[in-house]
Amino acid sequence: MVQKLDRLKESPSQTAGPYVHIGATPNWVEITGVWNEDLGLVLVGPETKGERIVVQGRIFDGSGTPLKDALVEIWQADAQGLYNSPQEKRGKADPHFTGWGRQPTDGTTGEYRFETIKPGRVPYKDGRLMAPHITFWIVARGINMGLHTRMYFGDEEAANAECPVLARIEHKVRVPTLIASRSEEKGMPTYTFDIRLQGEKETVFFDI
Amino acid sequence: MSDQGPFYQRDRSWHPPAFTPQYKTSILRSPQYPLLSLDNTISEMTGPTFGHNKLGPLDNDLIRNFAKTGDPIGQRIIVYGRVLDENARAVPGALVEFWQANAGGRYRHKKETYLAAIDPNFGGCGRAITDEEGRYWFRTIKPGAYPWPNGVNDWRPAHIHFSVFGHAFAQRMITQMYFEGDPMIWQCPIVSTIPDKKAIEQLIAALDRESTLPMDALAYKFDIVLRGRRSTMFENRMEGN
Ligand SMILES: [Fe+3]
Repeated sequence: MVQKLDRLKESPSQTAGPYVHIGATPNWVEITGVWNEDLGLVLVGPETKGERIVVQGRIFDGSGTPLKDALVEIWQADAQGLYNSPQEKRGKADPHFTGWGRQPTDGTTGEYRFETIKPGRVPYKDGRLMAPHITFWIVARGINMGLHTRMYFGDEEAANAECPVLARIEHKVRVPTLIASRSEEKGMPTYTFDIRLQGEKETVFFDI
Repeated sequence: MSDQGPFYQRDRSWHPPAFTPQYKTSILRSPQYPLLSLDNTISEMTGPTFGHNKLGPLDNDLIRNFAKTGDPIGQRIIVYGRVLDENARAVPGALVEFWQANAGGRYRHKKETYLAAIDPNFGGCGRAITDEEGRYWFRTIKPGAYPWPNGVNDWRPAHIHFSVFGHAFAQRMITQMYFEGDPMIWQCPIVSTIPDKKAIEQLIAALDRESTLPMDALAYKFDIVLRGRRSTMFENRMEGN
């Protein structure tokens, strides 16, 4: 026998199941009077700095059917490229922007929608700047472990071309699965980011 | 030891794989390409924080937080435990959210069709923030087992769903808690997505007679482990290396 390393194992993941919204967004499933408001629905207030944008899309399964029971969480830097987190040591982030959002996909259309701001660039571990991006985490019935991916911005071609994370994707044909297209809707810059769990255009998911 | 290093690589053999055909919904919802390994960047090593000001006084009391005309029907229980990391250190300030069916195995959800009765006094959601020692606790009623459309006669064992935020988005996790002594754990197609029996046992809460409230509620202990971080102690390499 040798000495023990005294490490624990991470608790194994289990699917969020079909009723994740009871715990995550109870008001949205008409369980009212328990929380004042569901956490993560609103990211932006009048004092938040940065360009207002909408991020929307759907999540498709292997048959091309949108998921109507998923939960999407996003995490992003503020307009200056700082995270509102105690682990952020480079400076103080915008106090009027938490950087975290949570939305269900619509029970009929399967669409999710966030009103947020465009994030600034943050450095890779070697100091090179990554392109602006939003981290996504997706859970749903049938997903045994939450899926991590990133959304990049279609109008940031130069930054995307030099992003050290995008550069690590060996199969270049898959890079566009991470890039959202920009349009205008009701005067708001709107980025559409569809996520495909399977198929020819399967989104790149990360083991982080 | 500093906790600023990157996180330990996830042991994917300890977690369920994405494709688990006995759980049919996973078949069309499992990515087929390999995941792209990404050394942690600051985007994954940071995460949101949640203050106690977000919580109400009944948030960890599922017996009272939805009650309209009296207490919900069912076995009164306390669930308590600690949120730790893989280095066995407490994770304070973690947001722990939980949701469950009522004592009859029925969820309060418009898409739920199981014939067991809705309990007018039970909502089924709660949340807590861990204290300085990583501890959380809540009061609820023991959920019932329920059938679900997978096989023609598949049942879920009694369980409580948990969602946990640690200190970084890389630690984000959702899992389920089961109850000691339940034979149905070993018949469940969702439980069996986890390949290792020891890993399944990590999700089974222990009945704790010493923490029961006499004449009131049974107690179950359920510790949750989040990913740990590498020590930065060794990071300044010696000259010449
Ligand atoms: Fe369940």
